[in-house]
Amino acid sequence: MPERAEKNSDLALPREILDLLAGNDELELEDVDMIVEELQFLYQPGVMPALQRMVAARAKPTSLLDAPFALPVQKYPSQIVEVTLGATKSQGGSRGRTIKIGGEKSPAFYTFENPTLNSPVVSLDVFDSKVPIPKAVKTNFNDAIEDPVSWAKYAVDKFGAQMITLHLVSIDPLNPKPSTPAEAAKTVEDVLQAVDVPLVVGGCGDPQKDLAVFEKVTAAAEGERLLISTVTLDMDIEKSAKLIKQYGHVVLAFSPMDLNQARELNRRLLEFLPKEQIIMDTTTAALGYGLDYAFTIMERARLAGLMGDPELQQPMSSGTTNAWAAREAWQTMDPQWGDKNLRGPLWETVTGLTLLLAGVDLFMMLHPAAVRTLRNTVKRLSEKQGTADVEKIANWVSAKI
Amino acid sequence: MSGKETKGGLKQLSPIDIYMLLPKTNCKECGEENCMAFATKVVNREVSIDKCAPLLTKQNEKNYNKLKEMLKPAVKELTVGVGDNAVKVGGKLVMYRHELTYTNPTAIAIDVTDEMSDDEILARVKYTQDFSYLYIGNDLKLQMIAVRSTSNNAENFKATIKKVAENTNLPIILCSFDAAIIESGLMAVPKARPLLYAATKDNWKEMAELALMYNCPLAVSAPNDISLLRSMVKTLNEYGVKDLVLDPGTFPTAGLGDTINNFTMIRRAACQMGDELLGYPTIGTPIVAWTEPANSPTVNAWNEAYTASMLVTRYADLLIMHGTEGWALLPLTVLRQNIYTDPRKPVAVEAGLRTFGTPDENTPVLMTSNFALTYYTVAQDIESSGNAAYLLVVNSEGTAIDSGVAGRKLTAETVADAIKDSKVEEKVKHRKLIIPGKAARISGEIEELSNWQVLVGPRDSSGIAKFLLDKWK
Repeated sequence: MPERAEKNSDLALPREILDLLAGNDELELEDVDMIVEELQFLYQPGVMPALQRMVAARAKPTSLLDAPFALPVQKYPSQIVEVTLGATKSQGGSRGRTIKIGGEKSPAFYTFENPTLNSPVVSLDVFDSKVPIPKAVKTNFNDAIEDPVSWAKYAVDKFGAQMITLHLVSIDPLNPKPSTPAEAAKTVEDVLQAVDVPLVVGGCGDPQKDLAVFEKVTAAAEGERLLISTVTLDMDIEKSAKLIKQYGHVVLAFSPMDLNQARELNRRLLEFLPKEQIIMDTTTAALGYGLDYAFTIMERARLAGLMGDPELQQPMSSGTTNAWAAREAWQTMDPQWGDKNLRGPLWETVTGLTLLLAGVDLFMMLHPAAVRTLRNTVKRLSEKQGTADVEKIANWVSAKI
Repeated sequence: MSGKETKGGLKQLSPIDIYMLLPKTNCKECGEENCMAFATKVVNREVSIDKCAPLLTKQNEKNYNKLKEMLKPAVKELTVGVGDNAVKVGGKLVMYRHELTYTNPTAIAIDVTDEMSDDEILARVKYTQDFSYLYIGNDLKLQMIAVRSTSNNAENFKATIKKVAENTNLPIILCSFDAAIIESGLMAVPKARPLLYAATKDNWKEMAELALMYNCPLAVSAPNDISLLRSMVKTLNEYGVKDLVLDPGTFPTAGLGDTINNFTMIRRAACQMGDELLGYPTIGTPIVAWTEPANSPTVNAWNEAYTASMLVTRYADLLIMHGTEGWALLPLTVLRQNIYTDPRKPVAVEAGLRTFGTPDENTPVLMTSNFALTYYTVAQDIESSGNAAYLLVVNSEGTAIDSGVAGRKLTAETVADAIKDSKVEEKVKHRKLIIPGKAARISGEIEELSNWQVLVGPRDSSGIAKFLLDKWK
């Protein structure tokens, strides 16, 4: 009776009633005290007993009721831009491999919607001159941190760094003897010689000096597809962007925890650069010292990008090393707060993982243990669904640990 | 930014929706200027409709109930425990924290077992109860004790529950998949409203009976099977058990992707797709990290802590943990505080001169940035040092000291201007400014521009007390 079935569906009946009408009920009849008139329901032969059973079930089911789950997937009109870092010989550079980030079609690790196209990547920090580095970190690098070349080599050989971030802090005009753009470019070349992973090159934060240094660096490393970190709104954006384009690099657009500024900066860079050459950094604050802002700005940026905002569709980078600005990360505290050699790297780890879940694609990090945990976690979150071993946790309640 | 981009099919409430159901008397009894102002606050969850006295009268009952229904959170709020230490869980209104503040921070439970020695049990209970860390005006705490039956002996379990209850008022989670053991435990705390963990596809009927008889919330466990979870929720609802907690399973290492996916799907279904069967608080069990073989307990504690941190970010309302290491629990509880703060709180505080204690013309003048977290940290450290002090809060556009100096937001010019604008020169006789160690690089320039002598203070404000003692004459 197809007509009748159609009529029923017009009534927008609750699912369980439809199931009962279809006869796939396994419920038992128990005491029933239902007032039939209350239901806006056309009486049909055969319906009443089923209805009564349904009502009885509501009082006390004796077996599990069916309630299938449909994946709560959503459509997003846009996709995050895919950016390639580093260039091999055939591509005009000298790197052993390139790294792709971005390209997401869903919020971070919503793999029930879309698989992870490019797993987020960790770049290890290297500084070109002495900066205050927590002891917990130093002990992992021995004497290697005495110069940037040995530090970079150590990070790649010993810790398998996928990328290196070379911070040219020595150029800062506030230093007693700041190094020159030519000297800085030489350091970049030396590090490029020493390791073959893609490289991030960072300035000191002074808009004029950074640009002067980037001018030399971009030319000296032509074709290497470096990530130049960072270009900000108070720099000469046109000049910066043209250098990046001319010498074939990628720019890191930095904004101070402000989505409107992030948009504006991307917009201006996009005037001169293809979108595949821009990554954005909306600022990372340490766990306990503004991570909440950093997290929410990034999460909002990612959602807005997916929902179609063309100025927030760039992959995101995080200076996760900022986690060490939290005093709890490096201070010797009351013994109840444990060994700072564990507390510190966990501080960095938690800062990174939180931002991983906000959508960060590239992490600049310091402590090898934090780096390792982040990379392992990325691997696990990127895996196909269905790897959970139910048996393994079945008895956790009575496990003797 | 509007919440538009994150809202699924659900209608977002506007103040008008609320206003239409208010008495529209503009009586001001609620403390607002008029009903519309009140409605706006209600929509932003800044005030409860119960503050509207006329609405609570009999004649407005229908509208009151309508409003209650409209304002009902997507995730049910329920209470574990009784009395002062009772903990509310769930009550989430939104999926993403920028939409509206998250309610009810993730409750953290530490486990004991019925095979631990009395000393160990008491030590763990005391640790949990006494855990406290003062973080910018908030006392970070742990909330519950989870008692696991590892002996599978009902009498042991009961005795352990009794011992725990005698030594703490913290809410308890009773953990066993055997309803007879849970029942035995309940005999020791029949009126304490513990959380029962957990109903499964095999024991749900017995667990449901216990939850009804003792009026307890009930956790529903369906590892990596949300269809089963929904099925059990639906069944238990029909059975009359209304306070449920969802456990989709926490999988260590290999299953971490599924774990995060499950928690995310549940919360999205509840908040954005109106799925009432998944509109309950969730429970994560990072404690499973301890069931993995590891070279040392440190590795287990590490894995447990970072797994827990991800679950705080991704929608767990309760966590059961085993480790009692400060290095692990401190970052976790600080993260929870971060995630659950009001996202509308501004990132910057007002620039200007702040006064601590009773200053005079010889009182030291310190300087900091107007990034809220920096300011509150420095203020707390000055307060706890007990010194009288002036604190010059410089407009660094809401950046911290180091990034402000690096990014040229905190410069010698801004500091010199701040000194002048604050009129601190009329308040103190000396001309000595203590600047943060992280701003040392601009000390010379500040001296040139302001004609003040600059003392470079500690890199971290926790050193202020000692610095003043040693250096301030």
